[in-house]
Amino acid sequence: MAQTEKTVVREEEIPLKTIKSIKFALLSPDIIRSMSVMEITTSETYDEAGRPMVGGLMDRRLGVVEPGARCETCGNPPDKCPGHFGRIELAKPVIHVEYAKYIYDLLRATCRECGRILLTDEEIEKYRKRLERLRVRWRLLADKLVERIRKKAMERTVCPHCGAKQYKVRFERPYTFYEEKENGVLEKLDPVKIRERLEKIPDSDLELLGWDPKAARPEWAILTVLPVPPPQVRPSIQLETGQRSEDDLTHKLVDIVRVNEKLRTAIESGAPSTVIDQLWDLLQYHVATYFNNELPNLPPVKHRSGRPLKTLAQRLKGKEGRFRGSLSGKRVDFSARTVISPDPNLSINEVGVPIDVAKILTVPMVVTEWNIDLARQLVLNGPEVWPGANYVIYPDGRRVDLRYFRDRRELANKLAPGFVVERHLMNGDIVLFNRQPSLHRMSMMGHLVRVLPGRTFRLHLAVCPPYNADFDGDEMNLHVPQNEEARAEARMLMLVQNHIITPRYGGPIIGARQDYITGGYLLTRKDTFVNKELLMYLLAAANYEGEIDEPAIMHPKELWTGKQVISMLLPKDLNWVQPTAIKESCKDPYNCYTDEYIVIVNGYMATGVLDKKSIGAEQVDSLWHVIVKRYGNDYARKWIDSVLRALLRFLDLRGFTMGIDSLEMPRESYEELAKLYEESERKVFEYIQRYREGKLEAEPGLTVEETLENNITIELSRVREAAARVVEKYINKDSDAYIMAKTGARGSIINITQMVAMIGQQTIRGERFKRGFYGRTTAHFEPGDLGPMAKGFVRNNFKVGLSPIEFFFHAAGGRDGLVDTAVRTAQSGYMQRRLINALQDIYVAYDGTVRSANGSIIQTKYAEDGIDVSKSDHGRLNIDEILRRVGLGG
Amino acid sequence: MAGMDIVTQEELNNVLAKLASILPPRIIDELRNKLANKTLTREQLTELVKTIVNEYYKALIDPGEAIGIVTAQSVGEPSTQMILRSFHFAGLREFSMALGLPRMIEIVDARRKPSVPIMTVYLDEDHRHDPNKAREIAYKIQLTTIENVAKSVEIDYVNSQITIEIDEEELGQRGLSMEDVRKVMEKIKGKGAHVEVEGNIIRVTLENADVIKLRKVRDKIMQTRLAGIKNVKKTLVRYKDGEWIIETEGTNLEAVLTLEGVDYRRTISNDLHEVAEVLGIEAARTVIMRELKKVLDQQGLDTDIRHLMLIADVMTWTGRVRQVGRHGVVGEKESPLARAAFEVTVKNLVEASIRGEVEQFRGVVESVIAGKYIPIGTGIVQLMMEFE
Repeated sequence: MAQTEKTVVREEEIPLKTIKSIKFALLSPDIIRSMSVMEITTSETYDEAGRPMVGGLMDRRLGVVEPGARCETCGNPPDKCPGHFGRIELAKPVIHVEYAKYIYDLLRATCRECGRILLTDEEIEKYRKRLERLRVRWRLLADKLVERIRKKAMERTVCPHCGAKQYKVRFERPYTFYEEKENGVLEKLDPVKIRERLEKIPDSDLELLGWDPKAARPEWAILTVLPVPPPQVRPSIQLETGQRSEDDLTHKLVDIVRVNEKLRTAIESGAPSTVIDQLWDLLQYHVATYFNNELPNLPPVKHRSGRPLKTLAQRLKGKEGRFRGSLSGKRVDFSARTVISPDPNLSINEVGVPIDVAKILTVPMVVTEWNIDLARQLVLNGPEVWPGANYVIYPDGRRVDLRYFRDRRELANKLAPGFVVERHLMNGDIVLFNRQPSLHRMSMMGHLVRVLPGRTFRLHLAVCPPYNADFDGDEMNLHVPQNEEARAEARMLMLVQNHIITPRYGGPIIGARQDYITGGYLLTRKDTFVNKELLMYLLAAANYEGEIDEPAIMHPKELWTGKQVISMLLPKDLNWVQPTAIKESCKDPYNCYTDEYIVIVNGYMATGVLDKKSIGAEQVDSLWHVIVKRYGNDYARKWIDSVLRALLRFLDLRGFTMGIDSLEMPRESYEELAKLYEESERKVFEYIQRYREGKLEAEPGLTVEETLENNITIELSRVREAAARVVEKYINKDSDAYIMAKTGARGSIINITQMVAMIGQQTIRGERFKRGFYGRTTAHFEPGDLGPMAKGFVRNNFKVGLSPIEFFFHAAGGRDGLVDTAVRTAQSGYMQRRLINALQDIYVAYDGTVRSANGSIIQTKYAEDGIDVSKSDHGRLNIDEILRRVGLGG
Repeated sequence: MAGMDIVTQEELNNVLAKLASILPPRIIDELRNKLANKTLTREQLTELVKTIVNEYYKALIDPGEAIGIVTAQSVGEPSTQMILRSFHFAGLREFSMALGLPRMIEIVDARRKPSVPIMTVYLDEDHRHDPNKAREIAYKIQLTTIENVAKSVEIDYVNSQITIEIDEEELGQRGLSMEDVRKVMEKIKGKGAHVEVEGNIIRVTLENADVIKLRKVRDKIMQTRLAGIKNVKKTLVRYKDGEWIIETEGTNLEAVLTLEGVDYRRTISNDLHEVAEVLGIEAARTVIMRELKKVLDQQGLDTDIRHLMLIADVMTWTGRVRQVGRHGVVGEKESPLARAAFEVTVKNLVEASIRGEVEQFRGVVESVIAGKYIPIGTGIVQLMMEFE
């Protein structure tokens, strides 16, 4: 390549170094001076022409950020110049606010005259020995001892070394110190005096007080020279108007330089001490707020607009601060985000990616002899045609953007092993798929790409539970791993099928929901027969390859039962018995003629129906669970793919809906319900009557009022339960709503009861309504009315409709529920953050012990038996299963 | 079956004993029970041993597994699903126990006092089968003061006299009599006060007392302990799992354990710090586990006990009960960056500089911050190569 330019430093050539450790320490004035390249001498930043002032805060010697400029210290352009520190020589020393508290501790624990710690030599010797011993291994105990030593030293009022009397030191937040003399007179300690005292403290005494004198001499916490960070840390922004807007830190530094100049001239011109003190204090204020603009008892420095300035501490702190916002959480390339929608025809470990996304996300593909033809074709296709490529990287590291490359054909021909083609995302690529909040590891799983038309990510419905996703507008993120290690780990560890079993309880978290369950039930019901045509449809949907069983009915038409269809899809060596969700009275699975138990013999489904209990998500010890455990993750994935597709196809062809006709009940049921309510209401009023007459006896530990409230609550919740029983009795068992509730597909008997019978008590914070007017909830009731209706009981159902008052109560109760969940998510989110932070370093070592980051043993064997929950069978080793396998099952 | 092939009981026991060096005791016990009335051939036994050891090894946790994170997620994730389901405790008299998320937070916070301190007092063989005997002990436990049994209290400021009328019915309910009241009142007598007990009326006369003193004396009398143990506000005798137990609101383990009739082996409180102090750190660990399990079970959430075990161990392994948070587990981490990344950023950095701390990058957050490989999970692997 005809590259005759002078040497360009490429990123790959910059030597890589890894951080081994970081030592924390205080900067000494000497270090600050030696690391600074210049002293800031003027508060002006730019001259009239808009050039940075020499000796100002934007001096080119500090480094440059504007493109085209060269750093005057290192000669590098902006992208290579790391920036260089400057300094401000302070006219008088000031306290570093963040260290004020520790200075206070030192002042009280050491002698004001000789600077020694206020302990006798024997004590010092004793503590030193003890501290040395603890420091070796018991870091936390050493800290505790230091605390004790300090307390002890602070108690002394006479120095045991020089005999000087100690005065009480007062500290006024954030940075003012006083000394209280005998007569109670307060004498201000200025930074110069404090610094003198701190200088006198010997290194050995500091060690006793927890300081590391090599890293931090206390007098360094009184600043005499202030380091000035380079503009890289505080870049100015060019507004559209051409105006320049400076960073908050620059503003703050300008203030400091200005006051510092004033103070210096005041001192030099011999101004009165009050003026000097005033300026000194102002300097102290500016330096303090430069470090932290949220100090107690100090007004924060504000911007012209009234917004408080973000100074150093504010940059580090909190969720959006440097630590949590930029260092622990990083932004990434090669990611995409869009709305999700369902696609039952995918496999559970696939994700449908829109072509538009696939054309932007790329995978680096190293060209080899074996893929060179493909690579050529991809380059030829270019960035606009999928599957194509967006970039080509030459073996020498040069990078070509195909969007702006003329002759792709020539480039394609030039390709040879060693080139890297950044090709489009293609079918079968592994990607990570994620939905927030990422509460557990199943919130980010590996999927295989399926590039599809459309603009949404498509995912299989069975993986909704682990992501907790639905399709009411949810969005999800997708990440493309960029190197072999990442891809290998994603394929081996993160693929969806490896997370069917959750480590939370050792059961499947992925599984059938909603329509799949309805379909499973309807297909396997006793009265479902399938003709040859339908059978072919279903088995084709299931991708079935194999023999077709003999039909259950041969004449006049060949008919198969639904159970036969499922049987064909079951592994031939499976034996399994379990109760179903519709189980009622049957005790013996082998003698139950109402399909209440699933009995599978050698892969043949003899009795029972499929429902939530057997194929549903989050069900332990179910048919689906055994299939995962027995036949492995990959088989399980294929099985659930095919079975779910068949079930959905069946439901599609049969048809399923829920309408108002699902909610029909005979007239007599309503009479029964009315009677129930009246009976209950009578009882409630009886309680109230007894209470009014003072005849109601308080239950132990409760007041009479609480007892009454308790009784009424119990009585009213009883009506709703009774109503549910009436509904169970009268509702059409073949209605769609009931089928869904009973099989666990969607909704519950309570939902149906509320639709057809009675909504029941509405509550606020778990209690009946009580707030509102004086003695009553709304103006529609007499004051003091304690009856059901006056306190939020809704007697009507959704079908009939609510009375206006009921409607109000229902809305209020609903709002309370929303508020409750909002509060709860915040609380549990914080709890989880703390748990993660406390436990994240803990791992299982090679010797089977559980250890923390520094190697401390927390458990000698994980959870006492060493069993990984995600590899267990609902938290156990399934001994029954093992016995059965060796022919000892009973 | 040929007689030769049947494994004798003795042989089986030998095999199980050998297995005990590999398998955890719980599995051995389960195996023993399930094999108790089965005859098995030698072949079957060999096969069984092979399979079970194989399956156990397969279920073992992998080295490097980031089990801490898995645990935190396994406990944190269900907590988002917790809801205060109303009508849940519609059952009869129960304590308004703090349950659900608030209680869970309380436990991981290791609060000094739980919002509803509860003791579960088990009784010894003599008392656990008879509700009356159980009640007797409950009376001894429940704190009864004069105030609890007083019907009315009056102060006669003119004659410096306090008149208390005792509710004898209430007294009877608590298994006490006027005689007990008299005995307690005698003790007050000495302090410059004259006490008269007449029927269910107590009169206390003081010499030259002003209004304030009279009130003080009244309050003191009202707070006088008649029976029971300090701090125990309420007791409830319940029938649970085939025996009578006492549940109390307010705890005082130390006092209850010394009481006769109490089964000191099983009696427990839900106050972590109290348990740690009275029964030791291992007991506190168990209580943390049990209490967390209780909350999750009550909410109908399934979380494996192993996760709770690890949380309990992390909170207690130092020998003290430590909070999961900045004043405990996280705050005591070795790494200054890990601490700064959690909470109180500036303070942690300042203190690290004073102490001259060194960041070693041995944990997760620190490594993320520095862009290093995470030393956990697949990152635990280190490859060494020998060059010739």
